[in-house]
Amino acid sequence: MITRRETLTAAIGAAAFMALPISARASAVEASIASFTGGAQISDGGVTLIAPEIAENGESVPVEVDAPGATEILILATGNPTPEVVRVGFGDASGASRLSTRLRLGETQEVVALARMADGSILRGVAEVRVPIGGCGG
Amino acid sequence: MSDVRPRIRLPRSARAGEVVQVRTLVTHPMETGNRRDTDGTAIARQIINRFTCEYAGKVVIDAKLGISVSANPYFEFDVKVEESADFVFTWYDDDGSVYTQTESFELS
Repeated sequence: MITRRETLTAAIGAAAFMALPISARASAVEASIASFTGGAQISDGGVTLIAPEIAENGESVPVEVDAPGATEILILATGNPTPEVVRVGFGDASGASRLSTRLRLGETQEVVALARMADGSILRGVAEVRVPIGGCGG
Repeated sequence: MSDVRPRIRLPRSARAGEVVQVRTLVTHPMETGNRRDTDGTAIARQIINRFTCEYAGKVVIDAKLGISVSANPYFEFDVKVEESADFVFTWYDDDGSVYTQTESFELS
């Protein structure tokens, strides 16, 4: 027979177990953001991030980032164990600071796009993507 | 790797000064290094870690890829075309292989 106390203890144990990877992920996200911004302040807006509300397949989620005037873009999958997806610099022959690509998303999470503008300021766009079937190999 | 095939789509024609869309895909498993085979042995990471596109000798984009990019990495981006010139697409593999595809582009 399982007592209420045992159930509670198991639940606390599970919570403690889950907390570790989540905080490790959070620090990986923070480290990626810090390396991109170099400590510069982040402002919301100016970045259009188009992603599906619900991903049909977490192995391949189409995402488009449009950040007019940006010299560089960083896309982060904040819920993945390795959040940094792609970092793109736009050169002299670029026609627009826009990129479409496809991401792997392991679970429901926020996708974040950071854009470095020509004046050095950093802009951010965010999209929440629900992922019924994850894309990180189980 | 032998089964790596680039696919490029450029517009058929464009006028000087026009911004055109380029679509690229390369067949590649983008093995994350987090998976195990049926024997429980870890499968080594092997991904395309960098992709670049140049047009007329100038950089269009230079992308650094992580393991969260999907298999068969796909990129769509914009180029301002000023002249008839070559596009050079380059993919860099973790194993040191470099795959290059050149496409000539003619202004209409």
